[in-house]
Amino acid sequence: MPMESLAIDASHLARRYGRRWGLVDVSFQLARGKVMMVAGRNGSGKTTLLKILSTAIRPDAGGALVGGFDVKTQREEIRQSTALLSHYSYLYESLSALENLEIVSRFIGGQPPPAVLERVGLFDRANDPVSTFSAGMRKRLSFARVLLQRPAIAFLDEPFGQLDPQGFVLVEEVVAELKRGGATVVIATHQVERLARIADVQLTLESGRVA
Amino acid sequence: MIAALRKEFLLQWRTRAQAVAIFVFGATSLLLFSFAIGPNAAALRQHAAGFLWLGLLLSSTLTLSESFHAEMENRALEGLLLLPVSPRVLYYGKALANTIQLVVLGIALVPVMVVLYDAGTTRIPTILLIIVLGSAGISAPGTLYSAMTSQARAKQTLLPLLLFPLIVPVLLASVKSTSLAILGDPMEQGRSWVALLIAFNGIYWSLCGLLFDRVVED
Repeated sequence: MPMESLAIDASHLARRYGRRWGLVDVSFQLARGKVMMVAGRNGSGKTTLLKILSTAIRPDAGGALVGGFDVKTQREEIRQSTALLSHYSYLYESLSALENLEIVSRFIGGQPPPAVLERVGLFDRANDPVSTFSAGMRKRLSFARVLLQRPAIAFLDEPFGQLDPQGFVLVEEVVAELKRGGATVVIATHQVERLARIADVQLTLESGRVA
Repeated sequence: MIAALRKEFLLQWRTRAQAVAIFVFGATSLLLFSFAIGPNAAALRQHAAGFLWLGLLLSSTLTLSESFHAEMENRALEGLLLLPVSPRVLYYGKALANTIQLVVLGIALVPVMVVLYDAGTTRIPTILLIIVLGSAGISAPGTLYSAMTSQARAKQTLLPLLLFPLIVPVLLASVKSTSLAILGDPMEQGRSWVALLIAFNGIYWSLCGLLFDRVVED
């Protein structure tokens, strides 16, 4: 595959946690505009892989190009065009939903926060503090944070977690929208059947290795 | 930078009750120090500057250790680091906000010092300048160490253990220059202590800004 058409080019990625290897020798390529599903059991290395690719953590061995930039040495360039939906909400509890998004918006520009809140169904709760939100609402707000960034490459770690059935539909719609807009989406999930319709590629991990 | 500062002020405003509690802690410290000296007006006035800065220093450990609490709650700092924002901007935003908080606290503690120790002075602008420089000298390394210790289990103990030895020059220069401003400075020694504060700030504001990304990034 030509380099310029690649969104991600991972080569022999490995990451160690103490004496245990969380990810071992993971290599793959993903073309721009594709949706990749990363499947695997708990502890198989899905989150570690997404965190390395989104530059939240560094690999201990191997390397990867994300959007043509090196995850070890060009982290700021990668962060210009990527967004991560993490297990952590990245939200400030004492601030409202709108204020949380405004903080991100002031740093990066992007879409106006009220429109994004409307998209994730939280417009009515825009001025309520995050501390009063349920787990599902926090997930929706974290999703809004990702949408606000208008990423060229989106990393979604368990996007269905804690969401209600309407939330599941919302995730599917948003992933489809991102894909239509030309974005590359990498989704780590256990909901394999649900995503099979949208995903173009599947990568299965087992004990940190590509199965 | 303005975005980082606005974020800090918003977070501080939402936890303003805590700032009141920290002021009460500082004022109580000043009261307790006066008990240690006893009813000796001359001795109280002589040690007023030292007690003011000890009160401010002890209070600063509370404000500094709390400044990263909100950032660690839902890993909000990690979320900000993943935005296309330089970690240095985040550091300077937080360090500046911590400085302003300490300056306000310092200014609020001055009247308490005047009342408790009979340490009045007409050199208000000089006192203000010393409070600004001293607070900045505590905040620059304090913010960095607070980031380092924010995930440690014993952060409340670890922060002062790391910070206090480092800021001895700031404490010394702040106490001496404040004392000279209160008791009189016929030999013009105050300027050299203020120069020391400026030099310390220059070094640590540059150094800590450079080191911050190594502290917070994986």
